[in-house]
Amino acid sequence: MRDLVYLPDVVTLSLSEDKCTGCGMCVKVCPHEVFELSHRKAVIARRDFCMECGACALNCPYQAISVNTGVGCAAGIINGILKGTEPTCDCSGSGSKCC
Amino acid sequence: MNTSYITGSTEAAGALIPIVSSEIRFRDFLGAVMVRWGFNRDKYRVKPGIYAIGTPGSDSDVFVTANYKLTFDNLRKNLSDTNGWILVLDTKGVNVWCAAGKGTFSTRELVAKINSVSLDKIVDHKRLIVPQLGATGIAAHKVREETGFNVHYGPVRASDIEEFIKNGYHAESSMRKVKFGFMDRIKLVPNDFLYGKYYLLGAMIVLFLLSGLSRNGISFKNFSAVGGPSIFNVFLAYFAGIVFTPVFLPYIPGRYFSLKGFFSGIIVFIALFLTGLSNENIISTLSWFFITGAVSSFTAMNFTGSSTYTSLSGVKKEMKIFVPLQISFTATGIILQVIGKLI
Repeated sequence: MRDLVYLPDVVTLSLSEDKCTGCGMCVKVCPHEVFELSHRKAVIARRDFCMECGACALNCPYQAISVNTGVGCAAGIINGILKGTEPTCDCSGSGSKCC
Repeated sequence: MNTSYITGSTEAAGALIPIVSSEIRFRDFLGAVMVRWGFNRDKYRVKPGIYAIGTPGSDSDVFVTANYKLTFDNLRKNLSDTNGWILVLDTKGVNVWCAAGKGTFSTRELVAKINSVSLDKIVDHKRLIVPQLGATGIAAHKVREETGFNVHYGPVRASDIEEFIKNGYHAESSMRKVKFGFMDRIKLVPNDFLYGKYYLLGAMIVLFLLSGLSRNGISFKNFSAVGGPSIFNVFLAYFAGIVFTPVFLPYIPGRYFSLKGFFSGIIVFIALFLTGLSNENIISTLSWFFITGAVSSFTAMNFTGSSTYTSLSGVKKEMKIFVPLQISFTATGIILQVIGKLI
């Protein structure tokens, strides 16, 4: 089956070529094959597949990646608005939703 | 809590460590079905700490996981040919990926557990196998700095673990990729179906109350004649949003979940139209177009959180476009309902 892709040109992912050492950690942790290694540097090969989970940025030892992370969850965003907080899945309490 | 998966204990680093079986019993299976339907969800946990599987020694691998029992069962089931240690983090009964996103499956918690179980006395190597989806919460280089242990990100699916070890701790690209296949989606439907139950109930009540309207005020005859079908229509629209849309997700046009849901709602509307359920008069029929579309669109939008490929930025954009549309469709639908009753 082809990969499901969400909206084009929305994600906040960015990669600093200067800071990147080509260690390949981002390639390893990304669940959607967003990164590739090319000429000993990471490149963003499939930007629209990014779901902003933040695994790459957190595991980059050189802080070369930045992304505004969060849950891509409408219910979480509604929860956040109702409670006046950041978008959050409400995993506590019975009968509630968790991703 | 059922702890029948513990079959004995072994001594290591001066402590007794429980041994777990790799066998999934009927009770585990039943528990899994129940929890998918929302029963006992908060208590479906494993005690955090260290466990043994098979007959591990000081050179055996350490597998890090969450304390959601569904996750734990899935791991031990897939380690039937492996001798190893399972390090269970306290994720408050939430699976690895979600817990990583929430910050409970974290560098801090991993470091704390490594120290509290004295992992360096149980094994004489420095390898930790962490599921790849845990990377959202764990910084491998920080774990090494703080404990000396090297995090090896394993495959996304536990079923690939033994293959991953055979490959010399290398996850091939297919093992690293998250999929969202038919069965993955089906498993999520029950819980999502229950999640919106209050929305569903609210919508049913509103439409039921509207069904009692007539030119001569509130008519109890109408409640019995139209009330049932009204509730049924709302239920079908909800079903279209949260069952039909997820199941046929890749085949329904549009990228926005709200749009996919709207299309599913329109299918319901057409089905209702053809079976004559909403044919009181043209205005009333039209009102059901707006209501089924809005209900199904909103419900399908809530499935974004269950999917494995939506981003926060994307969902925010989707909501900015579609929530106003859903609200105006609902309002239009209700106004037309009222007009349809009064003419």
